[in-house]
Amino acid sequence: MSAVAVDGVWKFYGDYPALRDVRLSAEPGCCLALIGRNGAGKTTLLRIIAGFSRPGRGHVRIFGQEPRETSTRARMGFIGHGISVYDELSALENLILFGKLYSLPDPRRSAMEWLERTGLERVRNGLVREFSRGMRQRLAVARAFLHDPGVLLLDEPFTALDDRAIAVLQRLLREALAARKTIVMSTHQLREALELASHVALLTRGQVSFHGPATPEMVADPGYVYARYGEAG
Amino acid sequence: MIAFFRQVLVVTVKDLRAELRTKEAVNASLAFALVILLMFSFAFDPLEETTREISGGLLWIVFAFAGTLVLNRSFAREQPNDCLDALIAAPISGAALFLGKALANYVLVLAVELVALPVFGIFYGVHWTAQFPQLMLVLLLGAWALTVVGTIFSALTVNIRLREVMLPMLTYPILVPALMGAMQLTAGLVNGKPISGDTVSWLKMLIGFDVIFTAVSLVLVETVLVG
Repeated sequence: MSAVAVDGVWKFYGDYPALRDVRLSAEPGCCLALIGRNGAGKTTLLRIIAGFSRPGRGHVRIFGQEPRETSTRARMGFIGHGISVYDELSALENLILFGKLYSLPDPRRSAMEWLERTGLERVRNGLVREFSRGMRQRLAVARAFLHDPGVLLLDEPFTALDDRAIAVLQRLLREALAARKTIVMSTHQLREALELASHVALLTRGQVSFHGPATPEMVADPGYVYARYGEAG
Repeated sequence: MIAFFRQVLVVTVKDLRAELRTKEAVNASLAFALVILLMFSFAFDPLEETTREISGGLLWIVFAFAGTLVLNRSFAREQPNDCLDALIAAPISGAALFLGKALANYVLVLAVELVALPVFGIFYGVHWTAQFPQLMLVLLLGAWALTVVGTIFSALTVNIRLREVMLPMLTYPILVPALMGAMQLTAGLVNGKPISGDTVSWLKMLIGFDVIFTAVSLVLVETVLVG
């Protein structure tokens, strides 16, 4: 069974089809890089996979279940454009909050563990609004990984990250792949993504114009996919 | 069921903690309520019999306007860092999320009402403590009506650019029956008249409004949040 299966998904904004008959799948242990120009539909597709939005037609399955099923949501981690943590709470309070929402057996212990893994244990009681951008981003990473999700959905995960946050994220993503977690990430930063990606899907104006394994040519030249399969290709 | 209420409590505590740290909604709401009460006391002579008769209406106009300031912040608080996405992604039902937020709003709206009430009593010279238990019952029911409708529409308008304008425009017409009931009941109670006879039907309507809109909101919230 595929970890993520997207079957004939359409999404309309008014009359405009942002996604057109998108069909994709990602197996357990696979890292799928969703690439495409601005407005190609990457974020829309990720939000539908995450269950934040419903498709106009078609359906998405996560391990064979609807994304909005409570048990499915417990198996997904999401990093979007925002950091999705509260400025008015401390780092520890934020992670304990999400630990409780995910019904972790010991939210405080899990929170402390992830603060340590992301290098934030010394500022655990500091309010997030006082954090630097890099610290906030590492906390966002900790929040997404806190409940040990089987599927990680990452929307432009490397954008605006500082060097340390990129290193933390790449290390955690490698560990996740080694543990046969599934990663679906949209990205413009092909070089960072292709270092991790086992598969690539190119979205062009809401349609999948390429979906297949990442090849040595893609890793050597990130522009290769666009040139070969994109509109210019 | 225990897990459901535990999640409700987690959301409520989170919202109250965030509000207590910033006090942005409560301070604005409280200041607004006190200023409006003061202005009304200048506009209407407290010694006039007609002023006493409409005092319940004046009080609920203040509560409705001041309450909207609290309710506007409810889902707007989730916007700055896209925190609503994290809540929607979490394995909690929309009903638990809604109820958690509604309870936090209820506490804040009640706090504003309980501070404004004695001030109202002083400015208008009414015997608001004469029927205190019944008055509290009406306040609790009226505040819940305001909160439940305001919270669901706060979720609905969270992504609208003019949500501060849209929220009262959407909520007040729906709140008319509840506000009418609360006004009628309050007007009698603050003048020392207990709920009896005709006014009992207003109380029943207020209870019915609360039950219906709570149930409808719990059913609709998932659609409101995800579409």
